[in-house]
Amino acid sequence: MWQYLTDSYNWSGNEGIWARIVEHVWYTFAALGLAAVVALPIGLRIGHTRRGAFLAINLGNAARALPSLGLLMIAVLLTDQIGFLPVLIALFALGVPPILASTYAGVSGVDPATIDAARGMGMTGREILTKVEIPIALPLIISGLRSATLQIVSTATIAALVSLGGLGRYVVDGLKLRDFPQMFTGALLVALLAILLDVLFAVIGRITVSEGLKIG
Amino acid sequence: MSWIADNVALIWEQLREHLYLAIIPVILGLIISVPLGYVATRYSWLANPLIALGGVLYSLPSIALFIVIPAVLGTKVLSTVNIIVALTIYTVALLIRNVIDGLRSVPADVRQSAVAVGYGALHRVIAIDLPIAVPVIFTGLRVVTVANISMVSVGAVIGIGGLGELFTLGFQKDFLTPVVVGVVLSLLLALVADVILVALQRLLTPWARVAAPVGEVA
Amino acid sequence: MIEFEDVTKRYPDGTVAVDTLSLRIPSNEITVFVGPSGCGKTTSLRMINRTIERTGGTISIDGEDINGKDAVTLRRGIGYVIQNAGLFPHRTVVDNVATVPKLLGWDKRKAHSTAMELLERVGLDPKLAGRYPAQLSGGQQQRVGVARALAADPAIMLMDEPFSAVDPIVRHQLQEELLRLQRDIGKTIVFVTHDIDEAIKLGDNVAVLQVGGKLAQFAPPAELLANPVDDFVRGFVGQDRGYRALTFVHPDDLPLKPLPEALAVQDGVPVGWRNGSATELLPIGSVFKRGDSLRAALDAVLTSPTGCGVCVDDDGRAIGVVDQATVAEVLRS
Repeated sequence: MWQYLTDSYNWSGNEGIWARIVEHVWYTFAALGLAAVVALPIGLRIGHTRRGAFLAINLGNAARALPSLGLLMIAVLLTDQIGFLPVLIALFALGVPPILASTYAGVSGVDPATIDAARGMGMTGREILTKVEIPIALPLIISGLRSATLQIVSTATIAALVSLGGLGRYVVDGLKLRDFPQMFTGALLVALLAILLDVLFAVIGRITVSEGLKIG
Repeated sequence: MSWIADNVALIWEQLREHLYLAIIPVILGLIISVPLGYVATRYSWLANPLIALGGVLYSLPSIALFIVIPAVLGTKVLSTVNIIVALTIYTVALLIRNVIDGLRSVPADVRQSAVAVGYGALHRVIAIDLPIAVPVIFTGLRVVTVANISMVSVGAVIGIGGLGELFTLGFQKDFLTPVVVGVVLSLLLALVADVILVALQRLLTPWARVAAPVGEVA
Repeated sequence: MIEFEDVTKRYPDGTVAVDTLSLRIPSNEITVFVGPSGCGKTTSLRMINRTIERTGGTISIDGEDINGKDAVTLRRGIGYVIQNAGLFPHRTVVDNVATVPKLLGWDKRKAHSTAMELLERVGLDPKLAGRYPAQLSGGQQQRVGVARALAADPAIMLMDEPFSAVDPIVRHQLQEELLRLQRDIGKTIVFVTHDIDEAIKLGDNVAVLQVGGKLAQFAPPAELLANPVDDFVRGFVGQDRGYRALTFVHPDDLPLKPLPEALAVQDGVPVGWRNGSATELLPIGSVFKRGDSLRAALDAVLTSPTGCGVCVDDDGRAIGVVDQATVAEVLRS
């Protein structure tokens, strides 16, 4: 079972384990970045103005029901390509809802009295957003990014079915060759990557979120 | 569209398999997480480690679990047992937090009254604490049911995936219809399951339906 | 001075929260808006810093129409204290207090030191400066709220039911603190409350508003108690008008009788009343000081087991007693 992982030959080269890990990380952050760039501003705006809340809440719930593999296949068949582009589209579509829903929940959940005090003392709308709403909403915003990352890492793995690189390759190729050690390697590495990224977000949260919000 | 008519049997077969693979873990997960959650509220030092462990387990990509579990259990990869065990683990990982939070949400004075009235510990949990914890538990139950229904199709990557097999079929034949059918049915399944759970929750919590009394009686 | 001229707030659905309110709020005094729910007191207050915009009439501060200025600039010059303080949970106490100075661009160190000074001013232990709001009690949070409103030294302070959310003992302390603070700094304070006793205690002027946003009476509290202008005000000011009005009677010279034998003192401070041959002393009850109102003197007499109220000096030492007969005399005159 551990043979594939421990064979040093498998770690080097363009199709080696390191390369695959890097690929996988790159896919993940590319998709996350894109999803965040779109979903964060929208979530912030909806949370701040409270307009469009219906969209933010229900999109989050509905997206959880989307089968990721199906989404991938649809993207591939519709764009009539295989490779990164359809995968990126699918990953993007999976990453936006959790970020949007959590960001909205975080910002709209700020105590109205706090916002009233901020307005009353003379903060502009933008100042309220950046100095009050975002810092207080940060825990939820980060948890949304965390959820999205999980979904994306997971789906990027199965995207190997549509010829994507990354750690999913070991799963899919290993399956085809009935090479269980290879499959196991892929699964294990993906699991470790997921845990690592999760811990990373936890650390980011600990560093950036104000102490005052963690009490009680 | 004719594809659908021609393949009703296949579709139905996959739907049944999908339902089976999604629901069993939810039931098993519930059976495991409720007592486990109760123990965690009894011995409170257990609660945080359990929730943390659940968090870690839930963050593992499903495909990884589908493969690692056979290695651990010694079953063959291409076995429905793997899917069920993996999804049960996910279910427990998520539900444990809701069960603990739900049981903790019982107001202290309610608990005290129950004890004062003479309820034994276990009886009290079943008759008083759990019913009150239902809303919180059901929130988690709804999430995990929908998530499971979605995750079953990932199993198609290793060959067992209920409706997910329609996805791989469509991909292999470069044919959009089976994929769309699979996605639509999967979404419908999730919607129906959610509606059923909401109805079940309302059934179990009749006191939540009654509106607050209006006005005061002098 | 803040002037309201025919100020109205009408909402799109037709409800009138404030109806042609006209009054002059004098500078350097505490003016209280009081009334039942729905009388428009909070709405009127919030129209001063334009967190609610009026739909008719003019509000001017020292002659300048407040709509002439940009709202944000206006608000940075007005202190704003609300119920539950609305402190920023993600900032420390001292950072909360320093908020407006920083918004105004003050030097960071100056902002910080001013904040620390203010914390002391409002009676908070400087050790609390580095704590977060969640770690403070309700009363402490309110004090921080007041300090925060004072930080940029605004001329005007708006206070919206700031003491309603704390328990009665803390509320009493906070009210006393506010009066003490006001003696030191003399801001123009507009204070909203639904509690007529609080209004009478704190206000130099009291505006009684009725449901529908109309002004019923605007007068100093003594005047309000003595001459309520109509049945609504009379009913709102409540029972015990006469008794409450005693708070404003300060007899020039309440004749004191010498300390009786039965009063036990320790270093001049009264500790109890001797009860015949029993060893246990009877409790003192309340005491009053020279210059206190007649109400305080009457209270001392009523709570004393012997019917004699003890008068003390600033150090707590007994200087004389007053009996029921004397008080009755003063009431008669």
